[in-house]
Amino acid sequence: MSEPLQASVAPNPWLTASSWRLLFRDRPIIPLVFLLGLLIVISGLVRPNLINANQGAVILRAAVPLAILAFCQTLTMLTGGIDLSVGAVASASGFLVATLVGDQGLVLAIVIALIAAALVGLVTGIGVGVFRVHPLIMTLAMALVVLGLANVWQIETVQTGAGIPGELRTLGNSFVATYVPYNLAVFVPLALILLLGLRRTGYGRLLYAIGDNPIAARLSGARAWQVLVVLYVISAVLAAIAGFLIAGLNNTASVTLADSFLLPSVAAAVIGGTSILGGRGGIGGTIVGALILTVITALLNSLGYQAAVTQILFGLIIVAVAAAYTRVTAES
Amino acid sequence: MTAAVDTVPTRRQTWQEGFAAWARRNTWTLGLLGFLVLLIIFTKLINPSFGAGGISNIAIRALPLGFATAAQAIVVISGGIDLSVASMMAFVGVVTATLMEGQSPEFGLAVVIGVLLLGLLMGLVNGTLVVLTRVPDIVVTLAMSFVWWGAALLVLRTPGGESVRWLRDLALGPIGIDLLPRAAVLLVVVVAVIWIPLQRSRLGLSFYAVGSNQLAAFRSGVSVGRTKVLAYACTGLFAALGGLSLVATTTLGDPKPGPYTLPAVAAVVLGGVSLAGGRGGLAGPLIAVVILGLIRSDMTFLNLNQNLATVAEGVILIAVVMLGSFIQLRRSRA
Repeated sequence: MSEPLQASVAPNPWLTASSWRLLFRDRPIIPLVFLLGLLIVISGLVRPNLINANQGAVILRAAVPLAILAFCQTLTMLTGGIDLSVGAVASASGFLVATLVGDQGLVLAIVIALIAAALVGLVTGIGVGVFRVHPLIMTLAMALVVLGLANVWQIETVQTGAGIPGELRTLGNSFVATYVPYNLAVFVPLALILLLGLRRTGYGRLLYAIGDNPIAARLSGARAWQVLVVLYVISAVLAAIAGFLIAGLNNTASVTLADSFLLPSVAAAVIGGTSILGGRGGIGGTIVGALILTVITALLNSLGYQAAVTQILFGLIIVAVAAAYTRVTAES
Repeated sequence: MTAAVDTVPTRRQTWQEGFAAWARRNTWTLGLLGFLVLLIIFTKLINPSFGAGGISNIAIRALPLGFATAAQAIVVISGGIDLSVASMMAFVGVVTATLMEGQSPEFGLAVVIGVLLLGLLMGLVNGTLVVLTRVPDIVVTLAMSFVWWGAALLVLRTPGGESVRWLRDLALGPIGIDLLPRAAVLLVVVVAVIWIPLQRSRLGLSFYAVGSNQLAAFRSGVSVGRTKVLAYACTGLFAALGGLSLVATTTLGDPKPGPYTLPAVAAVVLGGVSLAGGRGGLAGPLIAVVILGLIRSDMTFLNLNQNLATVAEGVILIAVVMLGSFIQLRRSRA
């Protein structure tokens, strides 16, 4: 008798705490977009002149290279790894193009830089996939190797000098129709390929499978080492592309130019809901994560805070967001 | 029943057996030591004038990295990792250099004690966040490295401050004979005084227990959370020592974190501490720091490009880790 009665007073499932938790867990992008909107509203309230098309365009332009580097972190984190060599690879690729463009022409210079990056990724992938070196150590060591080689190259080419070709400057730094950053022309196709690649292809699912449960993936016939080798090559090539854009954005190239992007790229992926333990996350969240970080930086800069305060808030926000995720996604 | 009792060895181990067991436990460290000796012989062969000056240079450069490595080793042994070591060192460095500016030696001593406590406190914060939030330690300490770096920038925007004289004298110059730099003695003595009693204590044992198997440690009655927090606190303490040694050797406080976090991870791995935790000690990593420094100075002497030393460090690191995992793979198959 009492059973139908209980059913009728059961609360609306959309309002229970657990359904919210499920929403956060399965679609982290919804609360993230909400957070981004909140940040923009706060920026508008505190600094009304910050909200206009010009500022938006500048923020978008700054977020693109960060997002591409954060893609590297997202993809590698899906398998339970991390890529700490993206800063070195991006700097070195930008530098390589700047030094080669004079003799070789732009296209050949870019191709050479991409091949060099792919080789670095291949070595990293073999270390991680075949020799089972911890990704943290492997990519860290490769960062040392790349930085050292780039420095050697710098000394070799010091006579010829370096210059950022005008095309890269346009691509990294300028706007189409005053408000659309040119670098979206690189970013949008890249993001679409990765988005579809992760969702629709077998390779994308293998990344999730290996990160979620490596043993189950192996027993189901996945060859983890092949997946990992390809993954780190992709990651290095993405880092090189970001390196071109960063060199163009700053109109300069140096062997440490992109280093300051390394930790924010990890932060963007973590804020975007990608778990460093593997198997959870995606490209969409990472894009929003990169936007959130860029908006926060712009807001704090416009408020005239010292870089110090920005740094501290950056760190605290990362811990807070990561803690919220851990709480929400914990198995109960 | 009695047979089982009889099989228990009743006689004491002879010293040869004891030595053999000790050598088996410390194969990696002894191997490193052997390699270091070979490297020194090689250095002397290529550069007969290598002597007090070279040794003292290496020791002075090894001092901050040595403390950073000790800091990293403790947290890695207990199964974590701390990417904020260099930022903590920078923060301690600027606080020390600012407070010591134009002050008396006595006040300098108070500052040293104060910043060591500050290091412990920073470590406690790191550890508490790792344990309470249950966020992976890489993420937490990466984020906290921003925080400590920002805190350092709040204290000083550009390198500045100064060191009291006795702190500089503690680290610079030789002690007794020319070949024995103070920096090396300081490093070894300080690490030994803190680490040896710690390793033999109940807490040290818990570090190893938690690092090798958290669940087993928990079921044996070890308080896992508290152990982790204390491991991070020890890391903070050694990072503070690293920050102090930066001030002592450069007589400045620099708010920009130096290249210590990741090279320290490298030295820890080279030194035979497993990144999986629960294995290794502090002797191996410190020897690894000296080896890396000696390789760098040899390359400079051979007029090889300095930057090739960076490449060499990376390659050595990869080679050692690959060798390690290769040995482990063979063991697990055997």
